[in-house]
Amino acid sequence: MAAGLKDATAIAGIGQTAFARRLPQTEKELACRAVLAALDDAGIAPSEVDAFASYTMEETDEVEVAKAIGAGDVTFFSKVGYGGGGSCATVGHLAAAIATGQASVGVAWRSRKRGSGPRPWKNTAVQLPTPGQWTRPFGLLRPADEIGMLARRYMHEYGATRDHLFNVALACRNRANQNPAAMMYERPLTREMYMTARWISEPLCLFDNCLETDGALACVIVSAERARDCRQKPVYVHSVAQGLPAQHHGMVNYWNDDPLSGPAWTAARHLWKQADFGPDDVDVAQIYDAFTPLIPLSLEGYGFCGRGEGAAFTEGGTLEIGGRLPINTGGGGLSEAYVHGFNLINEGVKQLRGTSTAQVPDAATCLVTAGEGVPTSAILLRA
Amino acid sequence: MTTATNTPDGTGTSGPAAAPAGTAPDGLLLPVPDEDGAPFWEYAARGELRIQACASESCGRLRFPPRPCCPHCGSFDGEWRRMSGRGRIWSYVRPHPPLLPAYAAQAPYNVILVELADAPRIRLAGNLVAAAGAPLNSVDPARLRIGAKVQVVFAEVGGTVVPRWLLERS
Ligand SMILES: [Zn+2]
Repeated sequence: MAAGLKDATAIAGIGQTAFARRLPQTEKELACRAVLAALDDAGIAPSEVDAFASYTMEETDEVEVAKAIGAGDVTFFSKVGYGGGGSCATVGHLAAAIATGQASVGVAWRSRKRGSGPRPWKNTAVQLPTPGQWTRPFGLLRPADEIGMLARRYMHEYGATRDHLFNVALACRNRANQNPAAMMYERPLTREMYMTARWISEPLCLFDNCLETDGALACVIVSAERARDCRQKPVYVHSVAQGLPAQHHGMVNYWNDDPLSGPAWTAARHLWKQADFGPDDVDVAQIYDAFTPLIPLSLEGYGFCGRGEGAAFTEGGTLEIGGRLPINTGGGGLSEAYVHGFNLINEGVKQLRGTSTAQVPDAATCLVTAGEGVPTSAILLRA
Repeated sequence: MTTATNTPDGTGTSGPAAAPAGTAPDGLLLPVPDEDGAPFWEYAARGELRIQACASESCGRLRFPPRPCCPHCGSFDGEWRRMSGRGRIWSYVRPHPPLLPAYAAQAPYNVILVELADAPRIRLAGNLVAAAGAPLNSVDPARLRIGAKVQVVFAEVGGTVVPRWLLERS
């Protein structure tokens, strides 16, 4: 393998703000607070930061963050598109920059007031050009409608049921009930609540949809060597991948041979090819969960089970602590906070440090994925 | 920043009753075609369902959504091929509020994906209705079924013609 990324860098610091439906601070202030918390966690001075990565949907530019926190001269900065599909790629881009000597201390972050701010799908002005002309006039307005279409087909083809989707929602909620920082910390979920909940877009009900959250998170990436001198136990970036499959159309992936094999499959092939271990060796996973059906689709894509077996995989407590593959151990987007998947990255780090509120005993490997159903990314972390 | 409003009531020159661009008077969203997609809507206005195809003799494959060149052979020669308008429901959803107001007013309604009989990999989004001009919620949801045969019709919405779908009599 050419000048590899494998274990060349590590996440040395993580930081987050509170998560709530409404926070008083601006997105810019939340971003700065999360970034400074992550640097403090690592024990690295802000003046040492020379690289930034975030999402194209991030409203606070690196210029603003850099000057507010007192960063030094910045030599690498990058933004990744496709909403939640970019989460893990922010870490991947910084890992690549640091491994190749473009920078030495990288900060990835996401700050968003999706709880109290506008819902993007309500903006009729910017979303109507391609491919909006093929879907939105017919009332396919929200991500929940677009993914609901794939979910219905998936249920039809493979015999998946609402109970399978409930298994996903319940596992996330149970972990949130262990996590005082989670928005749903004190809100248990029952099967009856799920089965009688209001619809959002049939076949998806309220509990199949992620939270709406104000909050921010950040993490600090440095070389593996530097990380070993930092305040916290290093969490190594073992493998990274992005995925844009041939003839993929984003969340309205309706016009190719196989709409149900999404970007996860493409990212997974590259991720495992570069790794020293495979799906069977993953101790815990943080799987992007804007909607419950993304979990069975991702379980298949990342190779934890065969095609069409993702729903059945959720049976028997597989996704719970003590099960074969505990997922979203902070509560995920469904029950901790929805900040475009960045909380899944930080939770992966907590697991491998041994500090999660729902700790998987001796967890040494963690898969973190970004939004499935859009051009995506994923990282494998190891202790 | 310039002041764009010259009228006393501050609503500008388009008048208070005008719907926003891309929106029918009743608030339903209108398709806003791009250059690649414009022919689809022009044919729809003539009551024809046409899909873009490669015009290269050695290839000739259909593609959707429309784009400048053929992903199979690279040819920039395209044509618009007429479809029979028959298809099957591949999947469907029933959106409930919160929605844009005009859609909330008809919710829950159906949105279907139609697998075209002439091009099964092309699945057009649309609505199953009881008649061409009927509302988006005009079909009994019990009749929504994956695999059901449907036939295209065309409806005028705010001056724009869009495809709608009827259940085929069996
Ligand atoms: Zn061709």
